This record gives sequence, structure tokens and C-alpha cells, in this order.
Amino acid sequence: MTLTEFVIATIVKILLVLGIVSALAGFGTYLERKVLAFMQRRLGPMHVGPYGLLQVLADGIKLFTKEDFVPQNSIRPIFMIAPLIGAASAFIALAAVPLLPEFKIFGITVHPIIADVNVGILFVLGVMATGLYAPLLAGMASSNKWGLLGAARTVIQLLSYEVVTGLSVMAPLMLVGSLSLIDINNYQANGFKEWIIWQQPVAFVLFLIAGFAETNRTPFDLLEHEAEIVSGFATEYSGMRWGMFFIGEYTNMITLAFLASLVFLGGFNEWGFLPGGLAIILKVSFLFFFFLWTRAAWPHVRPDQLMWLCWKVLLPLAVVNIVITGLVLMM
Amino acid sequence: MSLDQFKDRNVTQNYMFIPVDKPPVAPLEKFKQVLKRTFKGELFVGLWVVFREMVKFNIHTVQYPKEKLPISPRYRAVHKLYRLLESGNERCIGCGLCEKICISNCIRMDTRYDENQRKEVTEYTINLGRCIFCGYCAEVCPELAIVHGPRYENASEQRAHFVLRDDILTPLDFLKEGKQEEFPGFGAVSPNADDRIKKTPLAY
Repeated sequence: MTLTEFVIATIVKILLVLGIVSALAGFGTYLERKVLAFMQRRLGPMHVGPYGLLQVLADGIKLFTKEDFVPQNSIRPIFMIAPLIGAASAFIALAAVPLLPEFKIFGITVHPIIADVNVGILFVLGVMATGLYAPLLAGMASSNKWGLLGAARTVIQLLSYEVVTGLSVMAPLMLVGSLSLIDINNYQANGFKEWIIWQQPVAFVLFLIAGFAETNRTPFDLLEHEAEIVSGFATEYSGMRWGMFFIGEYTNMITLAFLASLVFLGGFNEWGFLPGGLAIILKVSFLFFFFLWTRAAWPHVRPDQLMWLCWKVLLPLAVVNIVITGLVLMM
Repeated sequence: MSLDQFKDRNVTQNYMFIPVDKPPVAPLEKFKQVLKRTFKGELFVGLWVVFREMVKFNIHTVQYPKEKLPISPRYRAVHKLYRLLESGNERCIGCGLCEKICISNCIRMDTRYDENQRKEVTEYTINLGRCIFCGYCAEVCPELAIVHGPRYENASEQRAHFVLRDDILTPLDFLKEGKQEEFPGFGAVSPNADDRIKKTPLAY
């Protein structure tokens, strides 16, 4: 493959991933509203299009045509660039994630990963953590006390979950011996019994909990919990800048679902009679549904409870898990 | 519910106290509580409950402009003026009782004698901006001419749209189609009204 071909192929992949994932993120808002509604015995959006299917479109028109409002005493450039950081970091994180198994189309073998970095999981987690700059900068720049509180909570949250994410992933990485997501996937190639979740159930639970905190989803949605701090960091935002935070959040959810299914749930290997591509899409859909499910079922925690949980419960558990894994590996 | 139960204002009779344990103070007790709550699976109970409701799909939404909940016949919404069923004349005899009893002074009527020396109502307006829908007018009306209807959607461009007699009076064609239903609700006579009539005691 020449350099030109490589560049063109990469650009096509980038455009495809960007288009499909941002469309999915938009559709995700519709799904979330529907699933939450059904779980609460409501109907959800019903008026735009059949069963409200075009609601996303209506929301998009609304967001794009809304006034782009910047409050008076805010720090203008940072206020304007913060949502871009959120959306961009979410999509950049997706670059190192292998989305599907490689397949052939028109005689060309396609690797559905934009950049096969050999430290893939480090890259993804690092870039996703960078995404926390978005609420932090947004909250601090918007000259609003709710925004400031949201930003302060961002720091609390980052300090809490980030350690747990890293430590919980470390035990599976010790088993695999590689940071590349493709290697991790290939480690589980021999079917259902080889999934890492059976060897590392504790790490899986810890990773999911930390992931909920990372994507700012309901049990840990401290940053913008409207009953306490209006809308947190997003209080002063409107229109598409606000929408960008949402696209970032939903993209992060998709990325995290991919990560969890790649590292713990067997990735895109064939699962029984299911081909690999379908298998990973099913796993990711289930994890995405799980995100919505917990939002309907569980109350959210206070910031101090989150710190208590992460530092006093999850961190020791993760360390113990690593030690035991290490001992077992040595024997 | 019997009358005795109904009259009993001692509301605590059916209430019971749920025993709540004191929160643990000692570190070991706290630790035990954490363990108990972690492994009891209460989080999964919550997940199960919402999932069950989703699968049952027992939706409670009323899609309001398309479907409406039935309301009680005793509901007191915008007034109606009724006509006599056979002749089609207005039932209102212009006695002015409703105007008199109205506690917010929102009914205004003008009357005159027609060629047969019968009272005829020329103007009848209800200012719905002032009306508190107490139902006294319907209750006091001797001819069942003014009643409260079930129409509660009184949003309009002008409030004058609701006050005029033409708006609340039964249209003639509507009456001829037999669509004016005798009103079972507020201000109407009870079904056993005939039995309850007593002769005027003239003995004294």
C-alpha cells in the first residue's frame, strides 16, 4: 500500500467514523428518551415523524438556529472553544479503537481502525481523560456560580475515577501482555470461555463503574445534576455549543462501550454462530442500553460519596485484584 | 366505607411506623452495613423493576389533544344556555336570579316584554374573566336554563369569545337534531325529584 493510498484510506475512514458515530450519537438521544420513557410508563417523543423518529432532526434544527450566546463577563475564547474540546477529544479517542473485524470489500482488505497504535488502550483512556477539560474550562470560563461548581465537581470526579480506570484495566493487561486493543481482542479469540471477564470479573465491574464516572452518566452525573447545580458547567451554554457537549458525551458512551466489549467481553471475535462484526455490535448495543437502564433505575450519588467510593472502596479492590493477578501469573 | 369510619378524623388509626435502625457509629458496624448493602443486590432489584415496567409496556400517557380523559358530569366548566326541547324557545325566563346570586358579579342580562307580554331576554353575558365557576347560577336557576357544561378548553384569542349569549346558547339546528342532552350534572334536578316534591302546607 503506497503512502497516497494510505492517506486516502485513512481520510475515508475518518469521515465515515465521524459521520456514522455522530449520527449514532444523535440517534442515541432519541433512544435514551424513548427507553427512559418506557421504563417510566411514558411514551416519550411521539409527534415528529412516525413514533417521534424525526425528533433528532427537529432538535438539530433547533440547536443550529438558536442564538450563539456568550455571557458578558465570560472569558470569550475559552468559553467558545470548550465544547469543541469535548466533542473533539471524544472522536479522537475513537481513532484508536478497532470498531469491527477486518473485512473485504471490492477486493480490498479493510481494517476498520483509523490508527492502529500499539499503545491503543493508553491512548484511548488518555484522550478520554483530556475530554474532562471541556466541562472544566466551560464551567470556569462562563462566569457563573453554577458553572464554577460544575467545574469544581469535574476535578473531584477526575481525581476519583481516573486512578480506578487505570488500575482496573491493568490486571487484564497483565494477562494479555500488550497495550494494543487488537492484541487484547486476539487474546480472547478462542470463544466464549476465553473472555477476560471470566478471569477478571472484579476488574470488569470496577471498569464499568469508573466508566460511568468517566462518561458522566447517571449514578455519577455530578457535573450537571440539575436538581443541585442547575446544569453545572453547561448552565450558560445554548444552541450548538451546548449540543456539542452532548455529542461528546454520547460519543464517549459509544467509545466506552466498545472499550469494555473489546477488553472484557471478547471483542469482535466470532461468538458461536454470530459473526464477529454482529457480535461486537450486539455487545456495544447492550452496554449502551445498560447506560440508559441504570439512568432509569438508580439514584445518583453525592460528590463526597463518589470520592469515598472511588478512593476507599474501588481503589483498594483494584490494587488487591492486581496483586492477586500477579501472584497467579507468577505461579 | 361506613359513616362511622368516614366521620373518624383520627387519621393515625391506619398509619404504622416503619422501624428504622439507628445508623451505625462504630467503624466495624459501618463496614458491615456497607458489605450488607453491596451484596444484598438491591441495585439489581431496581434494574429489574424498571425493566419489568418497560416490558409490560403499560403506558399511562394521555396524548392530550388527540385523546381526552372523561370528566365528571358534575364538572363546572363554561356555561351553557338551554332551549325548551319541543318549541325551541329559550328556557330562560329572565327572572334575574342568577344575576342576583352571582358572587363575582359577572352575569349581566337585559330583558324586555315581548308582544305577548312575556319576558324576553335580549342580552345575556357572562364575563368568564371574573367567573369563579362556583355554580350558584346553575343551582339557583328555576328553569334549568343555565347549566355548567363540560367544555374546559377556554383558550382563545379574545376573552369576548366566551361571554356572549350566542356562544353559550344551544343552536337551533343542534336542538332539532336532538343533540341537546338533559344535563345530569351541576344544577340539574335529581333523578327522583318528583318523589321529593312536597305539597305546599296550606293548613296553617
